[in-house]
Amino acid sequence: MKTWRKCFGHKSVHFAVFVLICAFVLTGCHGREGYAAFEMPEEFDLTRNYEITFWAKNDTNKTQTAIYEKAISDFENLYPNVTVNLRLYTDYGKIYNDVITNIATDTTPNVCITYPDHIATYLTGSNNVVNLDELISDSDYGFGGSKLNFDSPSANEVIPDFLDECVIDGHYYALPYMRSTEACYVNKTYVEALGYTLPDVLTWDFIWEVSEAAMAQDGDGNYIVNGQKVMIPFIYKSTDNMMIQMLKQKDAGYSTDDGGILLFNDTTKELLETIADHGSTGAFSTFKISSYPANFLNAGQCIFAVDSTAGATWMGTDAPLIDISADKIVQFETAVMMVPQFETGNPKMISQGPSVCIFNKRDPQEVMASWLFAQYLLTNDVQIAYAETEGYVPVTSKALDSAEYQAYLAAEGEDNNLHYEVKIKAAKLLLENVDNTFVTPVFVGSASLRDAAGQLIENTVKSVRRGMSAADVDIDAMYGEISSLYRLDQIGAQKSRASTDRDLGEMPRISVILLSSLAVAWVGIIAYAVSQVVKRKRNQQ
Amino acid sequence: MKKLTALLLTGAMVLACVGCGSQGKDADAKSEGVMTHDEYMAAAIDSEVVIETYVQAKQSWWDDKATVYTQDKDGAYFLYNMACSEEDYAKLTTGTKIKVTGYKSEWSGEIEVVDGTFEIEDGNYVATAEDVTSLLGTDDLINHQNEFVAFKGMTVEAAGQDESGNDVAYLYSWDGSGQDGDDLYFNVSLDGNVYTFTVESYLCDSSTEVYAAVKALNIGDKIDMEGFLYWYEGVNPHITSVKVAN
Repeated sequence: MKTWRKCFGHKSVHFAVFVLICAFVLTGCHGREGYAAFEMPEEFDLTRNYEITFWAKNDTNKTQTAIYEKAISDFENLYPNVTVNLRLYTDYGKIYNDVITNIATDTTPNVCITYPDHIATYLTGSNNVVNLDELISDSDYGFGGSKLNFDSPSANEVIPDFLDECVIDGHYYALPYMRSTEACYVNKTYVEALGYTLPDVLTWDFIWEVSEAAMAQDGDGNYIVNGQKVMIPFIYKSTDNMMIQMLKQKDAGYSTDDGGILLFNDTTKELLETIADHGSTGAFSTFKISSYPANFLNAGQCIFAVDSTAGATWMGTDAPLIDISADKIVQFETAVMMVPQFETGNPKMISQGPSVCIFNKRDPQEVMASWLFAQYLLTNDVQIAYAETEGYVPVTSKALDSAEYQAYLAAEGEDNNLHYEVKIKAAKLLLENVDNTFVTPVFVGSASLRDAAGQLIENTVKSVRRGMSAADVDIDAMYGEISSLYRLDQIGAQKSRASTDRDLGEMPRISVILLSSLAVAWVGIIAYAVSQVVKRKRNQQ
Repeated sequence: MKKLTALLLTGAMVLACVGCGSQGKDADAKSEGVMTHDEYMAAAIDSEVVIETYVQAKQSWWDDKATVYTQDKDGAYFLYNMACSEEDYAKLTTGTKIKVTGYKSEWSGEIEVVDGTFEIEDGNYVATAEDVTSLLGTDDLINHQNEFVAFKGMTVEAAGQDESGNDVAYLYSWDGSGQDGDDLYFNVSLDGNVYTFTVESYLCDSSTEVYAAVKALNIGDKIDMEGFLYWYEGVNPHITSVKVAN
């Protein structure tokens, strides 16, 4: 089985972010010594031994775990003086939260799979994350470096669009590891049974129309299209992506590049009103409310399932990974299509997928060992093997153009495992649309803004499912609640990171209280010390 | 004097019985506006529900949200991400009576209360594990969903293979992709039918007896188990105790 929901809410991450920022404000004022900026040594010292930790994310996929383990083993053979300890996660949010917790205790991992949104928060402290500019361009140890013990991609072999996604405040703070986008996995059989023909590019109007048509029931309460008691025609896995892509397609506000919050606007309101209409009929639901889109799709209980291309191996009648019992699987033809669009001539879709960052340490040589391992993850052996586990795309042209990877793509549909048709089609969807992808601005709090975007949809759908009419959903009130819940009014105001001369805006109340407490404590300590000195002098007299 | 003593003792016994009786009655009775378990089960998905129930096990707390297994004498209620301060979470000891207001929801077959709030009430009830071994594979099993249950005399089967291709008795995560500390998955059989059981690492982490017990299992062992009858696309018990069968 995949996994059930671990009780690890987004709010927890977002709360931890707030605490981290408060901690930064406190320690910054209190003069705690952070890390000095990483200074690259001239040589990697091979005479010393290093032990580094790698926090990796897998999709609850044994093959991916095995690839990480093999990559570590191969790297340790190349660099016998480096030991890499693997810690596995299956949830980006859990990594994010654990990193934040470990920043506070100075026990961050060396190398960590993460999202750029999250790195922006990690950068809140002082040089926590290594600026990779110098490392990347170094002729000895950088991309394609002459002193590397492995065949690294050269600088121009890392896909520029993907590498650029790792730039924060004009500097590289991560390497792309894998890239994916979202796809709409469609039960084409049911669409046609309902009298429709799939267009070349899905539109929101088409999906809403077909979804409502699929809600027709017979006298016994069975849905006519599938003959079952259950039918949720349209299920979206990541509602944050749903809102973000809708806004981008509408050219509407989400955020400014430096952290201004634009999410709560009139276009968002219109979108939520439409979502409320279809949530109220039961034609639309979400992962958080109902469960994995793949489970419903494969049971013939969903027609449009939107999920990551990295979830393609779970989609379709012949999917190699299945969570439902065999007797529930329904036979149908699966179409892999780009997410629905408002303008078919100008499609826009999210670019996502794991990146790798390096945490700073007091020993520059340890950082060098981390850098070498992170770069090793871009070698063809790792890139191709990992990309083939799901609908991922390698991030280097060296891997993409390799005969091995091209042969893999060409073998689409030859079997239902490595060459599973839906999975390779999902990867091709991204490869054919790299120019149509986008990412959202990265800043301190951008991860919370993303959560808030999804929560607007979740709350809207919950409200109408619980009996509120779509017209009665008070979106303005929801804006206020969610902005407050995700502390966007506080975190979102922190518009910059890495620089030390940033304007942090008004200090949070809790920080003021804590700072005041510190001040009082110090006054007390000093007063006590002075009184002791005076007392000692008096005794001496 | 003897008569007086006998009278006092009799009176005390009567009062004690009345006391016990009223405590039992109180424990069974629902307050005004509170659903019985039958009414809860009959309520529509997404409708507001108000229940009185007793904590049986706590699965997790984080940032003012608690996930808790609860049960009254008529059936169980799984409370997912219920609003709960850390201070209140500490008060939710096994048997604690709580009144919960939330929404009935279904997630992959699991019936639960979401977006709930609660208040602690007077009363205490700790469920004993009901043996549902004979219900495995039957349509009746789901009627015990989320209850504290027992499975007896089941045989450990191979859960998968290790890197060398040898059969193993348990896996970290559903397919072996995890590590020590992650959920443990193991297979047990009865009458030729194999079922997958789980040690949920948030409910019973790697420091618990049951986690160690499952890691010590051998294929072919006959075991008795207790746990909560969780549901995920079918029955998926969250096991809290494993013992060698007598």
